[in-house]
Amino acid sequence: MADTVAPTTPASEPDTTLSIDLATAPDIHGQTPTPGAAHGEGGEHGHATSTGLSNNKLAMWMFLGSECLLFGGLISTYMLYRGRHEGSPSPSQLYNIPLTSVSSFVLLMSSLTMVLAVSAAQRHDDRTTSTWLTVTALLGATFVGAQVFEFTEFYHEGLGFTTNLFGSSFFTLTGFHGVHVTVGIILLMSLVGMINRNKIPGNKAEVVEMIGLYWHFVDIVWIVIFTLVYLIPS
Amino acid sequence: MAIAERPLTPALARGTSTIVTPKSSLGAFRRPVSTTGWRSWVFTVDHKKLGIMYGVCAFTFFILGGCEALLIRLQLAAGENKVLSASAYNQMFTMHATTMIFLFVMPMAAAFGNYLVPLQIGARDVAFPRLNAFGFWCFLVGGIFLNTSWFLGGASDSGWFAYAPNTSLAFSPSHGVDFWALGLQITGIASLTGAINLIVTVMNMRAPGMSLMRMPIFSWMILVIQFLLLFAVPVITVALFLLMFERNFGAAFFDVDKGADPLLWQHLFWIFGHPEVYILILPSFGIVSEVLPVFARKPLFGYKFVVFSGAAIGFLGWGVWAHHMFASGLGPVSVAVFSVATMAIALPTGVKIVNWTMTLWGGKLHFTTAMLFAIGLIIEFTIGGLSGVTHSVSPSDTQQTDTYYIVAHFHYVLFGGAVFGLFAGFYYWWPKVFGKMLSERLGKWNFWLMVIGMNLTFGPMHILGLQGQPRRMVTWTRFRAGDGFFNLAFWNFVATVGSFILALGILLFVINVFKTWRSPVLAPGDPWDARTLEWMTTSPPKEHNFDVIPTVHSLDEFFHLKYAEEGETGELEKITDYEHIMADQEANADKHIHMPSPSYWPIVLAVGLPIIAYGIIFSHVLAVVGAAVVLFGAFGWSLEPSVAPDSDYEPPIDEPTTKELAPLG
Repeated sequence: MADTVAPTTPASEPDTTLSIDLATAPDIHGQTPTPGAAHGEGGEHGHATSTGLSNNKLAMWMFLGSECLLFGGLISTYMLYRGRHEGSPSPSQLYNIPLTSVSSFVLLMSSLTMVLAVSAAQRHDDRTTSTWLTVTALLGATFVGAQVFEFTEFYHEGLGFTTNLFGSSFFTLTGFHGVHVTVGIILLMSLVGMINRNKIPGNKAEVVEMIGLYWHFVDIVWIVIFTLVYLIPS
Repeated sequence: MAIAERPLTPALARGTSTIVTPKSSLGAFRRPVSTTGWRSWVFTVDHKKLGIMYGVCAFTFFILGGCEALLIRLQLAAGENKVLSASAYNQMFTMHATTMIFLFVMPMAAAFGNYLVPLQIGARDVAFPRLNAFGFWCFLVGGIFLNTSWFLGGASDSGWFAYAPNTSLAFSPSHGVDFWALGLQITGIASLTGAINLIVTVMNMRAPGMSLMRMPIFSWMILVIQFLLLFAVPVITVALFLLMFERNFGAAFFDVDKGADPLLWQHLFWIFGHPEVYILILPSFGIVSEVLPVFARKPLFGYKFVVFSGAAIGFLGWGVWAHHMFASGLGPVSVAVFSVATMAIALPTGVKIVNWTMTLWGGKLHFTTAMLFAIGLIIEFTIGGLSGVTHSVSPSDTQQTDTYYIVAHFHYVLFGGAVFGLFAGFYYWWPKVFGKMLSERLGKWNFWLMVIGMNLTFGPMHILGLQGQPRRMVTWTRFRAGDGFFNLAFWNFVATVGSFILALGILLFVINVFKTWRSPVLAPGDPWDARTLEWMTTSPPKEHNFDVIPTVHSLDEFFHLKYAEEGETGELEKITDYEHIMADQEANADKHIHMPSPSYWPIVLAVGLPIIAYGIIFSHVLAVVGAAVVLFGAFGWSLEPSVAPDSDYEPPIDEPTTKELAPLG
């Protein structure tokens, strides 16, 4: 939602400007225009949108909706094939639940630090934002590191990507998630670099929040994967 | 509304709109600034130019896919024919379907959607103009990538549905399937980004007063299919990834030796594939719902019913995918459920047919070419829809599956439905997009040849199918063709003749386009006495679409501005016309309309994708190069604001401005 920041556009003078201010446009479709949305955030993008959500944020929500189906497909494939592990140890023999629980906890904590980053960004506190974003990225990297370690262990115990259906679908599902976390880390680090050089086009807090949305989504997906893949015995 | 309005400087007089273009650079790279020549097209982010580019490229692929179809029909014209080898035939029908679905109908719908939705909802551009350009380039490079397979060891020969384990290396050793899987992955990115973009545009950027229930029906149908794309594309993405991992990296997903379940592919494919069917048809439903009221001189009958039945098709479309798999042994419960669901989806479709018919009922019908195509759609689509209902009855489907009866059915709904709708759109909106009218005389020839051609081509296929001619067979033998009225030889020959009549009809359309292009005669601004907002601007529209963003008071806003009801009788009386409305708009035009700026990054980012894809097939080094290009493009993109900052302008603009576009789009 749009924060109410002092509007930078001078008040309209009907004889010299022709701008259409949606807040004052005739209210003919029964929606009460929200004053906050109408005045916008800073100078970059100020008009009300029909939903009141900014374009960027709505787009991110749509993208995440689409991602649900992507992980849905991958999880279904894994659930179908997890019992077909001919030629390799079975899932229950392989999984190192304590290790994965710790790395899952680390990933979940990164959501907390992400929230702190978003909150700092909304206070326009660039230094604290950068710090929390960096901590988030480090926690994410720890998770990815643990995943790489886990994959290596599995490989040494006899489960490769091509070994059997269980192997192919396990590595594909968790690998896709790992790639998502990695992309998130790259986004976070780029964001830190851009904040430090003041290179963010548009509303900084909103960009941080959008990447936050993505990051939380990746975490939530991991909760589902951790439960379905590791905790429920096949 | 994707603009900034700035207070007037005293020097600027009222009356004309001024478009400001950035003159200088941003960051390390200069922005493209050309407003003419090829650069103004290649680096454009204007939704109208992108719409035209989508249309031109999609139509080129249509011709290509049509030629493939003619070769298929030539091969089947006579028994034991040798026009194509068996292998070439397999590639031909695979690429015919892939081209027509992914490279013609979908991008052509994107062409109409891109061009018209912002105009119909009273916006100045889409929400994410650069993302829009990126989507177009993904479609184009993906399509070209797919077709380069012809020269690099042969195209995919697995059918457009690519059933496992037919696609495994053992049965499809050439690179064709790899090209197919990776090419569709790239065009899938185009669909996904386009879907997000248009949903946000429709949700967020409607003109004041344009509530969803005042939105033109075409924009509604485009909105519905964007949601279908948003949720269907990721499913095929998963399927294509699994296929690619199996073929290129040795994964076991569809390896029956290792205990794989080939039905996994079928489920994933059709969970995407059935919504896809509605993705193909709903844009045309939207187009005829615009065309019929204009030429019947009546409002659309039951606007709300048409909207909600479109949305209902969108929902139900998710629950019928397994009717493509009745013959695969799903078990009686699944078959019964999907059978009933499939019958149920005929209802909202039937509602639409009734609404269109009732729109015609009692109207003052003007049989223009656009109207003829729209009526053609109602009739041909109904025939295809009825044969579709016969498939929903699973015992009957078990007889028909994999025969030419299926081919007859889906060509009636896709050619008689989707393609006729698109042609209605061409004739209806041509004067809007290009400012010139297509010849009505050639248009009628075009229409009748296409109607006769399509019925001669696809009508006999019902007979061929019920006589047992299987799909995807390279040839049939005279020995088993049978005799009497239902012999295969006669009806195969008729179908081939029909396909060439159809091709002649399309050729007339191409000739019509060239004639119109060369003709100096300009179209009037409102040639059809139309109803919706896209006609409330010049033809072709200015870069900023509207001099003043209209405020909407009712459905069919433009019509209700022109006509008012006479008090006593309720008769409609013309109170003003297009010229007056335009003059009024120009007099009140917004000043300093600040449009999104062209950008290099969409095309850079898109070009990286096929490089990665070639790399996956031929050399992993190349894939790394492609990934580097993509990464470079992504950083360039995110460092460049989508609307050039005021300091970039010559002279720099000192006044603070507001812009509605998303800065990352």
